[in-house]
Amino acid sequence: MIKDKKIWSTVEGYLFISPWLLGLMIFTIGPIIASFYLSLTNYDIINPPNFVGFSNYKTLFLEDRLFWQALKVTAIYTAGSVPLQLICGFMIALLMNQKLKGISVFRTIYYLPAVVSGVAVSVLWKWIFMPDVGIINILLSKIGIRGPNWLGDPSWVLPALIVMSLWGVGGGMVIYLAGLQGIPTELYEAAELDGAGRWAKFKAITIPMMSPVIFFNLVMGVIGSFQTFTQAYIMTSGGPQNASLFYILYLYQRAFQELRMGYASALAWILFLVILLCTLIIFKTSAGWVYYEGIRGR
Amino acid sequence: MEAIKTPTFWERKSVRDIFIKIVLYIIVLIGAFILMIPFFWMLSTALKGFEEAFQIPPQWIPKPPHWENFYVGWTTLPFGLYLKNTVIIIVLTLIGQIFSASLVAFGFSRLHFPGRDFLFFVMLSTMMIPFQVTMIPTYILFRYLRWIDTFKPLIVPAYFGGGAFFIFLLRQFFLTIPPEMDDAARIDGCNNFNIYLKIILPLAKPALGTVAIFSFMWQWNDFMGPLIYINSMDKRTVALGLAAFQAETAFRTSGWNLIMAVAFLLMLPCLIIFFLAQRQFIQGVVITGVKG
Repeated sequence: MIKDKKIWSTVEGYLFISPWLLGLMIFTIGPIIASFYLSLTNYDIINPPNFVGFSNYKTLFLEDRLFWQALKVTAIYTAGSVPLQLICGFMIALLMNQKLKGISVFRTIYYLPAVVSGVAVSVLWKWIFMPDVGIINILLSKIGIRGPNWLGDPSWVLPALIVMSLWGVGGGMVIYLAGLQGIPTELYEAAELDGAGRWAKFKAITIPMMSPVIFFNLVMGVIGSFQTFTQAYIMTSGGPQNASLFYILYLYQRAFQELRMGYASALAWILFLVILLCTLIIFKTSAGWVYYEGIRGR
Repeated sequence: MEAIKTPTFWERKSVRDIFIKIVLYIIVLIGAFILMIPFFWMLSTALKGFEEAFQIPPQWIPKPPHWENFYVGWTTLPFGLYLKNTVIIIVLTLIGQIFSASLVAFGFSRLHFPGRDFLFFVMLSTMMIPFQVTMIPTYILFRYLRWIDTFKPLIVPAYFGGGAFFIFLLRQFFLTIPPEMDDAARIDGCNNFNIYLKIILPLAKPALGTVAIFSFMWQWNDFMGPLIYINSMDKRTVALGLAAFQAETAFRTSGWNLIMAVAFLLMLPCLIIFFLAQRQFIQGVVITGVKG
């Protein structure tokens, strides 16, 4: 009787999570395995896949200059936008955490750009970056600077996209703000009793208490920036001279424009490994600087 | 320790505080102004004539404002139809996400069974895997099912758990509902499915609202999904429509004023929802740590 009950509760638990479990098999684990198999083939969707061993990977690493270009572009963009977003988001959150009148209105304003995304934003920034009639260069010319041809110049296109990514800095800000407001005020009061100044409090309390939040944003920021696609597709199509050929855009071109599904699967698998590696590295190095306060809450 | 503060000291400190406050206000104001420029610029361009949009120096407030641009832009391509397609996809996806994610979240938060915590960890890990990693085999699967150029590839996966993010969000919320409620219902003879349906779901309305908001925003702005699955012009979503509209500038059928007008209209629902449901929205961001 008791045993029956236990079996039933197990069955029931699995029944409740079964939609997700099925989804995991069909849409995650299955495809990951299938894409590894496909990456060992040449497959154009119309004819059956043709097994070629590791030759796709060999071509990628040894002969495909565009693959390296795509990795480089994505890495530079990530290295530029993620730390900048982190620092700016954190500084704005500190500002927004001050007790100023009407600060909640400003919080809304700073967050607003993070609410919109996708094609509409890409189209808007394409217009903003126009060399002669775009607002950035018009404003720059007012202070005597001749702005570059942002999206048309191979050395300016990535800085332009990084500037654009900073517009959405409010997204990170809200998370930091919530973290800042979760720091117990007693900690600051105790430090004040010990005679700590603003900077000392910031360094000894705010930073360590915020490190898990910063860490989380770092991981998600890196993964997110590896997925950059819409901006590149809409604003530059990867140009000029492949200077904004983001990894996903390259994968998309190979898979859906050239129908080289095997080759593109190899690209997808490398993306999977790169993200796994980045996450591992961030996790490994985090032990030194992320502070976990016991086991928290839930 | 200065137990007694002399007036001069007090005065000096307050003067300094006021000075710091003024400086902070100025910084915050400048930042807010800069962040708003793109919105102003978009609206300003949207109200200009075709040639006027390229005029230097630009007029921030066009005279006269071309309000008709919104109508002209919206109807140059059949955006009404695209809107209908997008709404169909969003509503059908949302239903799947709400029911399957809450069901799974109930299992992960309310029931005890062997392997639960391990599977929960697996679920969290899948949040890190980008959609593009699994995109090609999934595409081939849907092609095999003859679902390409239908809405099904965009809708059906939502019925399989609704996404790790939403399961996580709902599970966190369910954990805040006291377990005594379940026990009381169980004594009254309720089984787990009834507890889920009659107690947890009604109590979780705010969290389900958050799910609905995020789901709407993501579907509304999703580009790569529709791009690979939809081919026919009459099945486009609004995002695909705007991309096509923008690509046509080269052929002069659409001007930047019209593009900006449509872009503005497409941003509007997200902005309105944000203003109406700001609190829920921010809470969702904070609970799960994912940016809007």
